[in-house]
Amino acid sequence: MPPTERKTTKTRSRALVPVPRTAEPEALPDPRESDVDEWGRSEHMREIARRMFDPMYRRWFRAEWEGLEKIPTDGGALLVSNHAAAIPSDAPVIMHGIETELGRPVYGLAEYIFRELPVVGTMWSRVGGVTAQPDNAYRLLREQKQLVLVFPEGTKGTSKSYNERYHLRRFGRGGFVEIAMRAGVPIVPIAVMGAEESMPILFKLPGLAKAIGAPYVPITANMVAFGPLLGSVLYFPAKFKLKVLDPITFDVAPNQPRYSRSKVMDESEAIREKIQEALYEMLRERRSVWFG
Amino acid sequence: MGRRVLVTGLGTFWGGKVAQALEREPDVEVIVGLDREEPTIELERTEYVRSDENYSILARIVKATKVDTIVHTFMVVDSTSMSSRTMHEINVIGTMNLFAAASAPGSTVRNVVVKSSTLVYGSAGQDPTWFSEESARTSPANTPVERSLIAVEGYVRDFAEDNPHVNVTLLRFSNVLGPDIVTPASKALELPMVPSLFGFDPRLQFVHEDDVVRALMFVLDNEVPGIFNVAGDGLLPWSEVAKICGKRTIPLPPFGMSIATAPLRRIGVEMPPELLSLLKYGRGVDNRRFKRAGFRYQHTTAGTVKAFVEALRLRQTVGDKPAYRYERDVEQFFRHSPAVVRDVDA
Repeated sequence: MPPTERKTTKTRSRALVPVPRTAEPEALPDPRESDVDEWGRSEHMREIARRMFDPMYRRWFRAEWEGLEKIPTDGGALLVSNHAAAIPSDAPVIMHGIETELGRPVYGLAEYIFRELPVVGTMWSRVGGVTAQPDNAYRLLREQKQLVLVFPEGTKGTSKSYNERYHLRRFGRGGFVEIAMRAGVPIVPIAVMGAEESMPILFKLPGLAKAIGAPYVPITANMVAFGPLLGSVLYFPAKFKLKVLDPITFDVAPNQPRYSRSKVMDESEAIREKIQEALYEMLRERRSVWFG
Repeated sequence: MGRRVLVTGLGTFWGGKVAQALEREPDVEVIVGLDREEPTIELERTEYVRSDENYSILARIVKATKVDTIVHTFMVVDSTSMSSRTMHEINVIGTMNLFAAASAPGSTVRNVVVKSSTLVYGSAGQDPTWFSEESARTSPANTPVERSLIAVEGYVRDFAEDNPHVNVTLLRFSNVLGPDIVTPASKALELPMVPSLFGFDPRLQFVHEDDVVRALMFVLDNEVPGIFNVAGDGLLPWSEVAKICGKRTIPLPPFGMSIATAPLRRIGVEMPPELLSLLKYGRGVDNRRFKRAGFRYQHTTAGTVKAFVEALRLRQTVGDKPAYRYERDVEQFFRHSPAVVRDVDA
C-alpha cells in the first residue's frame, strides 16, 4: 500500500497540544438479556421473592413499623439494625417492608461466606445481598445513592443463645460508621423486636461447625418443635415490631482517607446504645411474644 | 525523526495486531518485532527478529535500533497454552531482561507500555464487586499465571521508579473476546453447551479485542503513564453470557473439579484454575480511570459478547480465514531488495 493511500492522518498529540475533550459519547449498544445489576440484584427475582414472602410478612410475622417516615425517600442512607435468629429473619422483613412501603430497593450487606455457597449464594445475591466490603458500601451509598442495610453485630448477633436475647453484641469495629462518614450519608438505626423469638438457638455444636467451616451450627427450638428438617427452615410466628429511630448525621467531611478512631468508636457505641434502649422500651410494652 | 517502536511478542495475537496498527501511523519510522515464533499475520514493514523466549539478545537490539518506545505484549495469560515453566520464562524472565535492556546506560527508551491482565486481582468470595487500580487482592495468588503476572508488575513498578524520565503505562485487560482471539473462555463459549459451576452464576466482565488494540494505540499516542484497568462497561451473569450466545449452560459439580473437567479436556477444552474460580466468583474492575484519561470504548461487556457470537456464527458458516504464512525470503525481499520501489517518504 503506497503511503499516499493511507487513510489515517492521525498525528501524535504532544503535551503542548491538549487533547480536545469530545462531548459525552452517545450510549453504546448494550444488548442485555436480564435485569441483573452489577451487584447481582435482579428486580424481577426480587419481585418473585416479595410475592412469596408477603404472606410470611403480613400473616405470619404481622410486621408493624413505627417511624417508617424517617427513612429517606431519596439519597443514600445506611440502615443499621440489631441481628438475631439462627437464620436471620430480620433482614428479609426489613428489606421487604421498605421495598413495599417506600418502593425503594434495599441492598443488604452480609459476610462473604454466603457468596461461597452454591445456590444459596446466587439466590442471596439476586434478592439484593451484597458482600460486606467497604468499597461496595461506598459505591452503593455515595455514587448510587441507595439504601444499604447492615447488621454490625454480624454472626455474633445471630449465633447468640436464647437466654442472651436482646443483648446487643459489640458493633464490630465501627466500620459502618466510618463508611457512612466517608460516603457522607446518614445512619438510620432500626430496632427490631420479634426476630429473636422466630428461631431461637437452644445450643450450638462448635465441633461440627469447625469441621464443616460454618460460623456456627445451631440446634434451634424450631427443630425441637417441628422436627429437624422443617424446623431448620420454618420460623415461629413471633410478632414483629420495627421501630425506626432518628437518623444520625455526622459533622465530618466526606471522602477523607481516615477518620478519628475515637470518634468512630464513640459514634458506633452511641448507636448501639440507642438501639439497645429502644429495644428495652419496646420489650417493656410487649405483653406477648406472639401477639405483641 | 519518527518514532522507533519495539514490539515484543510479534507472533502473538496482540503483538501482531499492534504492529499492524503501528504500520498505519505515518510518524512511526521503525517497528521491530521480537518473538520466538514467526508472525502469523501479514505485516508490511515491521522487521521481525527471532529471539529465544527470555530475550537474551534484547540489550543488543535496543542498543542497535535505538528504539524510543517498547510495547511489551508478550505476556502469557492463558495457562493452558504452555507449561508453567515456559510461561515463567516468557513472563517473568522475559520482562526482567526487557527492563534490564531498557534501563541500560545510554538507553534511548522513553515510553514503555506493558500489557497485563486483571488476573492479578484474582477471584475470591471476599472480593469487592469492583476492583480499582489500587485495590489489593483478597486471596493469595495460587496459580502460576497469576503469580507470574504479579512478579511482572513488580518489575514494571521498579522500572518506573528507577526511571522517572520514562513514561510507563501498565494496562490490565479484562477477559478478552472477539472474532479472532482464542482464550479458555472463548473456547468454553464455542461449545454446544456452555459449562458452568452448579449453583454459581457469577458476574463477569469482557473487553472486545478491538478495544484492546485501540487501548494500546491510545496509550502509544497520548502518553498516559500509570496503571489502568481496561474492561467494557457492566457486569454480566455467566448465564446471561450464554444466553446472548444463544446457548444453555451445563452445570458441572462445583467441587472436585479436576474430575468434572476431565471429559472437557479430552475434547480440547481445558478449564484452567483461574477460569474455574472466575466461574465461581466472577470479577469486576472499575474502568473509569482509563475513561477519565480520555479513552472511549466501542463495546460494553454485553456488546462484546454479542459481537463475539456474531463473528462465531459467521466463522462457523464460512470457515476460517486462510492462514497467513511468514516466508522469511519473501519478506526480506519486499523490505530490503533494491528491486522494490519504496516510496515511504513521499
